Amino acid sequence: MTRRPITLTVNGRAETVLAEPRTHLADLLRGELLLTGTHIGCEHGVCGACTVEVDGAPARSCILHAGACEGSGIRTIEGFDADPVMAALREAFSAEHALQCGYCTPGMLVTARDIVLRLPEADEARVREELAGNLCRCTGYRGIVHAILRVLAERRAT
Amino acid sequence: MKPAAFDYARPADWPAALALLAGGARPMAGGQSLGPMLNLRLAQPERVADLRHLPGYAGVEVQGEAIRIGAGTTHAAIEDGAVPGRLGAILAGVARRIAYRPVRNRGTIGGSLAHADPAADWVAVLPAFPGHAVALGPYGERRIPLARFVTGVFETALAPGELLRAIELPVLPETARWSHWKFCRKPGEFSKATACLLALPDAPPRLVLAALDTAPLVIEDATGLDPAALVTSISDPWRRRLALTALRRVLEGAA
Ligand SMILES: Cc1cc2nc3c(=O)[nH]c(=O)nc-3n(C[C@H](O)[C@H](O)[C@H](O)COP(=O)(O)OP(=O)(O)OC[C@H]3O[C@@H](n4cnc5c(N)ncnc54)[C@H](O)[C@@H]3O)c2cc1C
Ligand code: FES
Ligand code: FES
Repeated sequence: MTRRPITLTVNGRAETVLAEPRTHLADLLRGELLLTGTHIGCEHGVCGACTVEVDGAPARSCILHAGACEGSGIRTIEGFDADPVMAALREAFSAEHALQCGYCTPGMLVTARDIVLRLPEADEARVREELAGNLCRCTGYRGIVHAILRVLAERRAT
Repeated sequence: MKPAAFDYARPADWPAALALLAGGARPMAGGQSLGPMLNLRLAQPERVADLRHLPGYAGVEVQGEAIRIGAGTTHAAIEDGAVPGRLGAILAGVARRIAYRPVRNRGTIGGSLAHADPAADWVAVLPAFPGHAVALGPYGERRIPLARFVTGVFETALAPGELLRAIELPVLPETARWSHWKFCRKPGEFSKATACLLALPDAPPRLVLAALDTAPLVIEDATGLDPAALVTSISDPWRRRLALTALRRVLEGAA
């Protein structure tokens, strides 16, 4: 199938890229736009490494194909530099040793930010339930859970 | 793990969607089952017709005694309370335990039911309700009772050329009793055994046993049901025990 122009907004910038309809968003971001912060693990929706924000909500970029992204607003890990919630999460991830190899981290942070904003009252059990869709092979999750709980507690205190 | 080449179309209205279907296109709703199938090349359509932008595909409408849920309504919207009242509370509890939030943000109730994976949550739960699946074809709409919509493993009562347009469920009284049990070892995994029971005042309790290697088993009157008799046809002993446990738990839960 021939490549065709796909117009979408990525991290606030309008982009038009040439892609086949079958190219998935993670490949489009990494290969065409050189945004390699989005990682690819399983390519069938299970591991969460490729999680990005699509039109304001977390989604798997590996099972979303280029045609379906036409007109969408995408935010990848590179697009959160100025975001205060992400800044707090970055600090907490570092303080709580919430990453080792870092492969799961971009997807983990997008999910973590969604938990913090959507479920301000979440307790440890709920945070763990919500993290079930992001696999980490290094940390055993303890540091990640603590980092998210830390940011939740900070926000409840202010 | 890359799909075979396919063409992509985004119909602007329902007649255009039906015309694409008639031309052999594969409908796509949230793409949360079709996406993995494309990547794994289990599905190799020549063309995909993306339904997400069709007018009125998502959304919930109360129409007198019925609640019409657009087939394109996402699991996440239902989890967040898009459906009102007692029915909405029951469906929100089911939705929250489907897959993971990033999948629920795109996956839809209609896509899930049309996919008819025997272990899927809406496939297991919706037949418990006295409601209908609304199919749309070139002739217009037709209603199929939910208890008869899924006919087998990945098989439904939809005819070729038809789309699932909406799910119609009754407004439930606050006194409706609901009991649901599903077994999975990790949150978000597909169920290994599901049972659910709906008891409405002045009506016999309706029960569903699902996540079998067949279509869900729907019992329209579960009064005096013997759970052991219902599971004798499940050959795998582990799955049989799980199904039995599911049945016992929902019967206890509804008592
Ligand atoms: C990691 C992961 C875990 C999951 N875990 C669970 C789980 O625990 N429980 C569960 O229930 N589901 C689970 N799912 C599946 C998820 O719920 C999907 O959203 C759902 O199965 C399909 O809905 P969809 O809207 O994405 O449909 P799509 O993937 O777009 O379509 C699915 C199928 O239905 C057809 N179709 C779609 N819409 C229509 C229509 N309107 N009319 C006719 N045919 C149509 C398509 O052609 C396709 O064959 C999981 C998915 C993933 C990726
Ligand atoms: S790479 Fe997308 S979920 Fe694993
Ligand atoms: S830090 Fe290595 S996979 Fe999570």
